[in-house]
Amino acid sequence: MRRKVTELEATDHVETGEKAPDFTRPLVNDEFWEDTALSDVLEDGPVLLIFHPMDRAFPTTYVYNALKERSILSGPAQVVGITISTPYDHARTIEDRGIEAIRGLYSDPKNEVAAEYGLAHDLDGMEGIEEPRLALYLIEPDRTVAFDWVAEAWPQFPDYDALEDALEAL
Amino acid sequence: MAEQTLDEPASVDADLTLYRLQGCPFCERVVRTLEDLDVSYHSRFVEAKHSERNVVQRLSGNREVPVIVDHNTGVTMGESPRIVKYLYKTYRNRGGD
Repeated sequence: MRRKVTELEATDHVETGEKAPDFTRPLVNDEFWEDTALSDVLEDGPVLLIFHPMDRAFPTTYVYNALKERSILSGPAQVVGITISTPYDHARTIEDRGIEAIRGLYSDPKNEVAAEYGLAHDLDGMEGIEEPRLALYLIEPDRTVAFDWVAEAWPQFPDYDALEDALEAL
Repeated sequence: MAEQTLDEPASVDADLTLYRLQGCPFCERVVRTLEDLDVSYHSRFVEAKHSERNVVQRLSGNREVPVIVDHNTGVTMGESPRIVKYLYKTYRNRGGD
């Protein structure tokens, strides 16, 4: 078993089988950003929605590197990230990480979407800043959650094998 | 994975799509005109770095902003003085009420 560095408190988050809440935020791709609803993205097929720490945090880097190595970015689901970083940070991250194949990174500076999903995570000792806890949601076009993985410790990395099984089962 | 056509705005629930930069006075002039004329628009913010505005180049032939794509008329146009003139010509008398 992976050693847990800091246990996170249990949270009543959105789970597999439930309906993923819809939201609209600026969605950043490698060329521009614009307001986009999750439901609009779902019209083009299933979505892997990734809640992650700020862009330059090392867990974020590791997650996108892992998705790239496992070819999940060009898999059966559109990959969409969300965190509190600004559109400019997102644009740079897409370039720096070489993840142009991603559908986009949502910018949610107030962390409201994470709160709605039950995934808000305080940053110790940083007044006024919170970010999402690391979480993966595989969402069907009708917004049903087909798979979820939510961190129970900080830091903790996703179960990519389980994710790949869920992607295959789509 | 579904192919996304980046050159076509995802949302056509507005009269037009405006490609703009944050803090660009030429873009703000177009915004003001759109608001004066009560024309609905959808904003796409592009990179400040000129060399990375390929989406704009594909639309208009160069990397200058603002650029509008009018979903009612099919017109794609750059250069703010030209856009403002076009908007007045096209939308000044719309509705009329």
